[in-house]
Amino acid sequence: MSSQLIQGNEACAWGALKAGVKFCAGYPITPSTDVVELLAQELPKAGGRFIQMEDEIASMGAVLGASVMGEKAMTVTSGPGFDLMQENIAFGAMAQLPCVVVNVQRSGPSTGGATLPAQGDLIQAKYGTSGDSPRIVLYPNSVEEIYRMTIQAFNYAEQYMTPVILLMDEIIGHMRENVDLEGVGDVEIVSRRRTDVPPAEYRPYAADETGIPILMPFGSGYRYVVQGMHHDVNGMPNTGAANVDATIRQINGKIDRHKERIWLWEEKETEDADILLVAVGCVSRSALEAVRQARRQGLKVGLFRPITVWPFPEEPLARALAHARAVLVPEMNWGQLIHKVKEVKPDAVKAVGLNKYDGTLIMPEEILKVIEEVRA
Amino acid sequence: MSWKDYIKEDMFPLFTCAGCTHGTVTNAFARVADELKLDKDKTVIVCAIGCAGRIPTFLDFPVLRVTHGRALAFATGIKLSHPEMKVVALMGDGDALAIGGNHFIHAARRNIDITAIVSRNEIYGMTGGQYAPTTPPGARATTAPYGMLEPAFDTCKMAAGAGATYVARTDAYHVQHLQRTLKTALQHKGFGVVEVLTSCPTQFGRRNKVADPAKMLERIKALTVTQAQAERMTPEELEGKFVIGEFVNTSRPELTEIYARAFAGMGV
Ligand SMILES: Cc1ncc(C[n+]2csc(CCOP(=O)(O)OP(=O)(O)O)c2C)c(N)n1
Ligand code: SF4
Repeated sequence: MSSQLIQGNEACAWGALKAGVKFCAGYPITPSTDVVELLAQELPKAGGRFIQMEDEIASMGAVLGASVMGEKAMTVTSGPGFDLMQENIAFGAMAQLPCVVVNVQRSGPSTGGATLPAQGDLIQAKYGTSGDSPRIVLYPNSVEEIYRMTIQAFNYAEQYMTPVILLMDEIIGHMRENVDLEGVGDVEIVSRRRTDVPPAEYRPYAADETGIPILMPFGSGYRYVVQGMHHDVNGMPNTGAANVDATIRQINGKIDRHKERIWLWEEKETEDADILLVAVGCVSRSALEAVRQARRQGLKVGLFRPITVWPFPEEPLARALAHARAVLVPEMNWGQLIHKVKEVKPDAVKAVGLNKYDGTLIMPEEILKVIEEVRA
Repeated sequence: MSWKDYIKEDMFPLFTCAGCTHGTVTNAFARVADELKLDKDKTVIVCAIGCAGRIPTFLDFPVLRVTHGRALAFATGIKLSHPEMKVVALMGDGDALAIGGNHFIHAARRNIDITAIVSRNEIYGMTGGQYAPTTPPGARATTAPYGMLEPAFDTCKMAAGAGATYVARTDAYHVQHLQRTLKTALQHKGFGVVEVLTSCPTQFGRRNKVADPAKMLERIKALTVTQAQAERMTPEELEGKFVIGEFVNTSRPELTEIYARAFAGMGV
């Protein structure tokens, strides 16, 4: 096994190929483009197809078209492109079509700064679409983890039958780290469930005890309607109150019910932490360094790092806050993650934000400075 | 099998107004599907939002009914990932040409093997009578209370210009012609466009003194001329008329075949 210097964006493409991606549609946008460039090169060799569509709306549509055929499909974008994808992401959530949407975040709003890192799309990744729909959002913090979380994103999409968002940081997308992809080990690869009930008895949207529907690929002998309008168990339009209620319960409930299996997080020195840092992605690496330095000074500082951002790992965070007097949330935006942290923290715990939105990374010293202020 | 086997009659009634000829298009499609013995499990219907976009959910095929305007984007993903499938997109004129206009021209440019059927009722039916990019100048719509101020699209010229390899126009009055045209289009390899003039008595008719379904059909009859007739007419006489017939029927490499050739020997 040999390790090699790999860029975060490349690791994403290799992870997708490992997960079995067979279709990618995309539209170029910095800082995400390397992912589709590599997929354009590699997908044909894996028996898959890549197409550059006319825009991100079309990319997201084509991806869901491939998904309805049973294929593992993905698209890759950044800020403004992610904005354009929202309507079809909601379609995927409503129609319960799996796919992976990678958003290598850049500084916004709007065109903002194409190569400037930022963490401004945390809330949008969950709440960017109309109506109530679930979202699984994963947020890796290293090149190796990008590889593993891309696979995980496909696994969750296929298992829970919903679009999964992989949020990345420009910094890590463009960073090179030594990774041994083969050494990452035997990662489990999940594909959507199938059924062998006779077509006449098949009810695509009648979920079983798991709460998750089994959608047979189009062309496999099962004929039904897949649509974004409220629909009955056959997929036919139905806006009756009981049916609408059942649909909303199903698409949201299937994630709620399984959230404990979807939650991924990492804790460092949380056991006795009286000051807890909560950070994601590139900022969590500065936060970890801040924890190390603080511990050297004898301070009880710990780090809680959500990897699954949505559904938010509420209970694990609540446990990590057991000894905390204060929780410090450094993030590269105006304040997004902190809202969720405030919802979870007990009243007695003080929540402090450290927000930076100038297109540069939050450094460990900046975090240490706020730790000092919080202690004072 | 009869053509009715291609329709989910058990899911009726349809939601459409009396005299809506979107249904005529769907009906003609089912009849042609039967004539061609289209394999229900090797065909995918893609449609979207609007009255025209909702009726195809009653066809007994796998049906993907997507976001407004995006039928051809989704259809591209279906066809490119599964070239063995026959893919048919049934769309309204607002759906295909306004919000979906960009996808329309790029699907034509790519010459991807999809049959696009555009039902041109010259109005937004479902949302209650706003103007479409096909509303004739001067016609009334809720958002054109002083009459339509913009010119209308010539769908067939646009499709031909963008590279579609089959382009035809037909209408809901000349049902035989409609069926013949759909039959040819469905047998064509490449991106094919069939524009069908249809009627919306409820939203177009009511505001334009043709609320009666029969009068709406007579209007279509009066507005359409064959290519042979058109040749004998002056440009002034042709003003506001719709020429029905085939405008393009040609072949050039189809997208999924280009992919297959480019990647032959690669992959699994
Ligand atoms: C993104 C989006 N914008 C607007 C609408 C509202 N809308 C629904 S149908 C429609 C127009 C449909 O017109 P057309 O395609 O001509 O079909 P028709 O109803 O006339 O058959 C519009 C604007 C929508 N559903 N989605
Ligand atoms: S509103 Fe117009 S297009 Fe819609 S169903 Fe009625 S007649 Fe047909």
